[in-house]
Amino acid sequence: MRMEKYLRSMVMWHIYVGLLAISVGVIFGLLQVLSRSGIYVLPPNIYYQGLTLHGVLNAVVFTTFFIVGFLYVITETTLKEKLNKGLVYLSFFTMLIGTLLAGISILTNKATVLYTFYPPLKASPMFYIGATLLIVGSWIAVLNTSLTFLRWRRNNPGQKTPGPMVAVISIYTVWMLATIGVAIEVLFFLIPWSLGIVKSINPELARTLFWWFGHPLVYFWLLPAYLAWYYILPKVAGGKLYSEVAARIVFIMFIVFSTPVGLHHQYSDPGITNVWKGVHAFFTFMVALPSFITAFTIAASLEYAARKNGGNGLFSWWKKLPWGNYFFAYMISAMIAFIFGGISGIVNASYNMNQVVHNTSWVPGHFHLTVGSAVFLTFLGLSLYLANKLTGKKIFNEKLGTLSAYLWLIGVLIFSWGMMQLGRAGIPRRTNLGLAPYMTPEERIFMIIAAVGGIIMFISAVLFLINFVGTLLNKKEKEVELVEIDYADAYYKETNLSPIWDNWKVWIGIAILLIIINYTPVFYDVFRATYFVEGGYSPFSPLPMK
Amino acid sequence: MDRYENIAIRAALMLIGVFFIAVIGLAILKGIDVPTCITDFPPFKEGKVIKLSDKEYQVQILARMWRFEPNRIEIPAGSKVIIYTTSADVQHGFEIEGKAVNLMAIPGAVNKAEVVFNKPGTYRFVCNEFCGIGHQAMYGEIIVK
Ligand code: HEM
Ligand SMILES: [Cu+2]
Ligand SMILES: [Cu+2]
Repeated sequence: MRMEKYLRSMVMWHIYVGLLAISVGVIFGLLQVLSRSGIYVLPPNIYYQGLTLHGVLNAVVFTTFFIVGFLYVITETTLKEKLNKGLVYLSFFTMLIGTLLAGISILTNKATVLYTFYPPLKASPMFYIGATLLIVGSWIAVLNTSLTFLRWRRNNPGQKTPGPMVAVISIYTVWMLATIGVAIEVLFFLIPWSLGIVKSINPELARTLFWWFGHPLVYFWLLPAYLAWYYILPKVAGGKLYSEVAARIVFIMFIVFSTPVGLHHQYSDPGITNVWKGVHAFFTFMVALPSFITAFTIAASLEYAARKNGGNGLFSWWKKLPWGNYFFAYMISAMIAFIFGGISGIVNASYNMNQVVHNTSWVPGHFHLTVGSAVFLTFLGLSLYLANKLTGKKIFNEKLGTLSAYLWLIGVLIFSWGMMQLGRAGIPRRTNLGLAPYMTPEERIFMIIAAVGGIIMFISAVLFLINFVGTLLNKKEKEVELVEIDYADAYYKETNLSPIWDNWKVWIGIAILLIIINYTPVFYDVFRATYFVEGGYSPFSPLPMK
Repeated sequence: MDRYENIAIRAALMLIGVFFIAVIGLAILKGIDVPTCITDFPPFKEGKVIKLSDKEYQVQILARMWRFEPNRIEIPAGSKVIIYTTSADVQHGFEIEGKAVNLMAIPGAVNKAEVVFNKPGTYRFVCNEFCGIGHQAMYGEIIVK
């Protein structure tokens, strides 16, 4: 596929911004484990300012930029249709300006509100406006992709959507449905309130709108990783995608079930009837199903690859997987971490069981395995891969890539184990534990273990960055004419696919219907049981801001 | 889709079903539940402990930057405690170590849980939602005699 030079370099710029974000983000990650364990205690204002940066840069800026760039590549290479150049630039600069505005307000300590920005903690308006621009910029990318897809549909009547594009549609649909919630929160409540136009705010309503967004957000991160695991990894491993239909059904299930589940972050909240919390728990379990299918399909795809590479036996085939290949190493480490991430996620989702772990250190233990490893490592592997494909430069040192992937896996398993033990002891998250008067010496030990894991993760991240920068400094091996992504063939092909599986209106319609059904009673409860309150607070003083 | 895939999907569905039934079953049969919506208790401005009977207490926890009111609660062993939480300023959390009690304390809203303390001892409770730079020092104790 011939990809224009501007797009190749713009995709790389998305990746650069994303990687710059995590370069800063992981430094604060390191400082957090050091401070929490008492090895090097930070003053609270720096700890929480750093934690805000860590959350915003790693979980929002890095992911959004990377995903938008990555999906441009997928869209053009699968559809063989051109994206609109002007919109690519417009989207990028809107996101960039938004990031800079939010970044400046955090760096000047005017937005130490963590990445969830729960009111009535109040940030400067610049922070909310920046966040809005970041999202609006991503919407422009969605618009661009949709227009391109619709053009493809017109030019290719009767053809079914290619697999990787199914994933793109799923990812962007989830994102659009998710961002409605946070857009309402920020535009109608937070911005007018932080500008002083309105005096009061309903914190519980804000939380509910935030988590409408907050859970599908995690699928917006995860699904691009699934895309790589389904459609690229099997080819790199020397095999095929086991079942094309399974992949399609999985991505469609995410469209339907990703959003009507936000209450699983609010099991401990007031003002919402427990029955609705149970209903959201049910749908959360439903959205676990496509991940189970993914585990099966990917395992089957890899087994097929291993057997083609000469593996045999009931279990010993896995020895024949390309463990030394950097791309494989990143993906398999991501997936191994995700096994534990998924299991701990089911614990979180389990309604009353959540009471034991909610807002404890268990939760960061959990999500460093999911977004902080499954997604993160996949994106790092893809960053090297795309750098090679799009710039024509040789990867600086593939073995270094392999090493850093496994190193991270070891680090994060230690880190998460320590954090989860702490969480089970009831030690909270989002807390500068080095200064907490209530920590016992035994609890401190778990945090020191977590810190050891965190230090290993940090070293791995540094190795990755050396490798990435080294790659950029390499000379161009060849002029990039064609961009070929290694899309896997299917072992079981889709045959006689019923048109319903290619009808996006139907699935998006069902998704919207489910959101309405699952959220109407929730908002009814919130409006009858909770109140607007006056005033806003800075994190530095117990007195309301003037 | 082949046979194995079919089996795998069915097995996954069954597993999910068993988990869900176990969780909801516990809630219904054993009363281990999450907080629900209450409308009969408006947000309060002071923390207090009210003795309802020998073995029953009502505790109104007011969370504020950066302390709980009250932060030391003494009760006899075997007491049932009905806990209400709200906040005087920003969002806070209230979580009792070793108990399945985990309540957000949200301004403009009131949260509720019931818990029985049979074993004597000191139960730590902590704030588990970021509430400003004093957050890490925000905790209290329930002393069961
Ligand atoms: C060197 C690697 C890293 C270390 C040592 C690290 C460490 C930590 C620690 C200790 C916390 C909890 C702080 C607290 O609750 O008080 C945390 C929070 C968090 N981390 Fe990391 N982390 C690392 C990398 C990452 C990556 C790669 C991501 C995502 C891509 C990530 C996403 C997050 C998020 C979203 C939070 C929650 C922030 C909040 O509660 O507001 N981290 N990290
Ligand atoms: Cu969630
Ligand atoms: Cu707090």
